[in-house]
Amino acid sequence: MKYTEEHEWLRVEGDLVVVGITEHAAEQLGDVVFVELPARETKVAKDDEIVVIESVKAASDILAPVEGEIVEINEALTDNPGLVNEDPLGEAWIFKMKVEDMDAIDAFMDEDEYKDFIG
Amino acid sequence: MADSGSDLARTVLYDLHAELGAKMVPFAGYEMPVQYSMGVLKEHLHTRAHAGLFDVSHMGQVILRGAGVAEALEALVPVSVAGLKEGRQRYALFTNEDGGILDDFMVANRGDHLFLVVNAARKAHDIAHLRGKLPDSVLVEPIEDRALIALQGPAAEGALALLIPEVGEMRFMDVATHAWEGEELWISRSGYTGEDGFEISVPARRAEGFARALLAMEPVAPIGLGARDSLRLEAGLCLYGHDIDTTTTPVEAGLGWAIQKVRRRGGDRAGGFPGAERVLRELDEGPARRRVGLRPEGRAPMREGVELFDTDAGGTPVGRVTSGAFGPSIGAPVAMGYLPAALADEGTRVFGEMRGKRHAATVSGLPFRPAAYRK
Repeated sequence: MKYTEEHEWLRVEGDLVVVGITEHAAEQLGDVVFVELPARETKVAKDDEIVVIESVKAASDILAPVEGEIVEINEALTDNPGLVNEDPLGEAWIFKMKVEDMDAIDAFMDEDEYKDFIG
Repeated sequence: MADSGSDLARTVLYDLHAELGAKMVPFAGYEMPVQYSMGVLKEHLHTRAHAGLFDVSHMGQVILRGAGVAEALEALVPVSVAGLKEGRQRYALFTNEDGGILDDFMVANRGDHLFLVVNAARKAHDIAHLRGKLPDSVLVEPIEDRALIALQGPAAEGALALLIPEVGEMRFMDVATHAWEGEELWISRSGYTGEDGFEISVPARRAEGFARALLAMEPVAPIGLGARDSLRLEAGLCLYGHDIDTTTTPVEAGLGWAIQKVRRRGGDRAGGFPGAERVLRELDEGPARRRVGLRPEGRAPMREGVELFDTDAGGTPVGRVTSGAFGPSIGAPVAMGYLPAALADEGTRVFGEMRGKRHAATVSGLPFRPAAYRK
């Protein structure tokens, strides 16, 4: 598992990268009430704002961690956005993307580095 | 109140909030609990189902006394103060010369004096306003040595009655003084959540003990400002500085009900408050714009500042959202905002622009959820 400075986690599954938000991010957001998912087959550039997570407090954007194409979205979040709080690292994965340059994923933080990052 | 080392003040319950796991945020010059460990959503639902305890000690408590105090206050507000019976409280507003709202507050007739509860962010303003505008015969006495605790929800009466049995006899908007462990509590049956409940002014040095006595009861949980905001929004209640301010009149804000007949055109004490001409004209002829409820389609909250359009593309904004959130008891987003009178009828479809996209919302009646006051 890799982590971004935007508090996303990235998990490689074959030629896909699964993206969600970290427990720390979910805790900071508070109760999530709405997740706006991207369309499937969307081509995205790194740092494109592709997901909006609305909590009881505020709206936050999720950025595309790398260049690629959205191939799957977690539609369970549409009906049950609270999953983001209940199981941010598991059931509440947000999207899966196809990434050409898998090496780009290696550059992100590992778990220890992320723990240091959030202090 | 003590200094926190920063510019923020603390209420006398600060240490209790910390002990209860509160997340503290700056609010109106105070460090206040925005939520406790339960979180905003559950705190909201807990208050609707059981009872929530809120520290509202940051709000201003002010006593006005002196001969003719009620008539004197009427020169600053469009409400009937002289007609307020002893032991009763009502909602009031300070207006300016343009009919704009300077603050909204509660005023109680406590026999030989009036007792006001004003917004935290406006208390310095309001006290200066009262001192500057009321005649010398009226003494303006800010109360600095009392905390204010709200207990709200269907279980509030049962919980408070365990400490003070007499509260069961109070009806909505009654005020009374009752003793608790030898201390004088100033109690009103009111609140700002749409639930039955009480606001209790308690001597500061006993406030923590009083709060602990309530929190020890099974149905009572501490509730932060986050849930207080979503509760009052579902109840269709205005938040000063957001839904009402100096640019909105009481009639535009849908608060005409707070202006009793006796202060309206044809009444015995008609007018005589700042901005009366405009406010009374709007009461008779209708305002150009109105505060409305909005039910956004879908699940995305439409928050404060979202611009409203009468079309799903192009055009110029016709209004703006002044409060918006996900309504936990509604299970959907709810919002309030201002729209031109022609677009303010229930059922009208408008569009809020969020992140460059127009989202539909339907004008809805307020409150979003019927109030549960014990009338």
